[in-house]
Amino acid sequence: MHIVDGALSAPVLVSGAVLAIVGVFIGLKKMDYDQLPLVGVLASVFFIASYIHLPLGFSSVHLIMNGLLGILLGWVAFPALLVALLLQVVFFGFGGLLVLGVNTLNIALPAVIVYYLCYRGVRHESAKVAAIWGAIGGASAIVLTSIMVAFSLALSGESFVLAAKAVLPAHIPIMVVEAFVSYAAVYLIHTVKPEFITKESI
Amino acid sequence: MSKLEHSLTSWSGQALKHQPSLIDGIDARVRIVCAGLFALVVVSSVAFLPALLGLLLAFFLVKMAKLNIKRTLRRVVAMDLFMLTLICILPFTTPGDPMFTLFGLAASWQGLAHALLITIKANAVLLVLFSLVATMSASTLGHALAHLKMPNKLVHLLLFMVRYLDVISLEYKKMRRAMQARAFVLGCDRHTWQSIGYLFGMLLIRSVERAERILGAMKCRGFCGRLYLNDEMKITLSDRFFGLIFFCFLILLIGLNIDAT
Repeated sequence: MHIVDGALSAPVLVSGAVLAIVGVFIGLKKMDYDQLPLVGVLASVFFIASYIHLPLGFSSVHLIMNGLLGILLGWVAFPALLVALLLQVVFFGFGGLLVLGVNTLNIALPAVIVYYLCYRGVRHESAKVAAIWGAIGGASAIVLTSIMVAFSLALSGESFVLAAKAVLPAHIPIMVVEAFVSYAAVYLIHTVKPEFITKESI
Repeated sequence: MSKLEHSLTSWSGQALKHQPSLIDGIDARVRIVCAGLFALVVVSSVAFLPALLGLLLAFFLVKMAKLNIKRTLRRVVAMDLFMLTLICILPFTTPGDPMFTLFGLAASWQGLAHALLITIKANAVLLVLFSLVATMSASTLGHALAHLKMPNKLVHLLLFMVRYLDVISLEYKKMRRAMQARAFVLGCDRHTWQSIGYLFGMLLIRSVERAERILGAMKCRGFCGRLYLNDEMKITLSDRFFGLIFFCFLILLIGLNIDAT
């Protein structure tokens, strides 16, 4: 999921960075200082989600959960994910420094799209219906992210097209897992603390 | 897989463990700017020589920062395992002089060279980041970024995250231990996914409740939406010296690149 430094071409890097900066800027505009603790804590939860490695056949996948983050945070997902990815690259060596913009865009833009897609559905009064929307959000965020990763690779050169084509099928298992996990998470939140999800989001 | 640092087992909320070194004495801002410029120059290299020299400098800095070599290499190797797939794919997809053919597909030298170049660049950037930036504590990183004119809210977000990653990861571990005590084992079935979903949902709820308490407690202490960064960062002579040498090296790399084109 994290693209490393050196693989992408300069135009892709620059346009990714510019778009990510625009997204971060919009996110920061929408966020008050009062919401900082909430956003910081939620971003940390999603950072922790990537610790969770689920076994899958011979290997394992880790959760990304950008769909659910988008549903909760909307545009604020941009700054939250930028900071999370920055900490991951500096202290864990995930991804790269110059591709930070592209990586942020690839994960945060699907989150924002899912926010607009599932905003109403997740706030449905029936827990089951809301959970199904949560699952749709979780799965479609992964689909969108993998499409964007594939595009950023394919746009960087002819030789990456095969790798780009491999990205999509590789993400299908993660998509299925993420849909189930999101379903359960939304269902639980709806049952235990409905006001958290039904109140106006940030 | 569990032996690799890559699998993100915990967030210590601190700098990488290392012995005190010369690097620690250098101003945080100088280190960040140097690492950033280094990444820019190395990633835009077109030839092998500057990229290799960059990697050499990266090894030198790792040595100078007295990082634990074994642990550092383990992190980098995790990434290189991923790069290995790239090295396997690229020779077949890049047109050029054939190296060998496999099932009727020709592997080209150019593809291999491209894959190796990417590997060198990615490793060099990561090693420099580890030795220059990851050796400072995460909150110093936040303060330095604030002094480098990063937007205020973003810095605040970083500082909050650095603090709460620790707290929430403890919460997560506590809940996982409770699940283990009830004989829960991760598998590849719906039961696992549902349980992990519940775990995640519960983590979210607890964290949001915690965030409300944090805000309350901070307001009670007069928090008006701003943390004061009252540490003074001063550029000393040794910072200038380090910056100058680093800069000269980067100029050399740029020169080599221009020469290669």
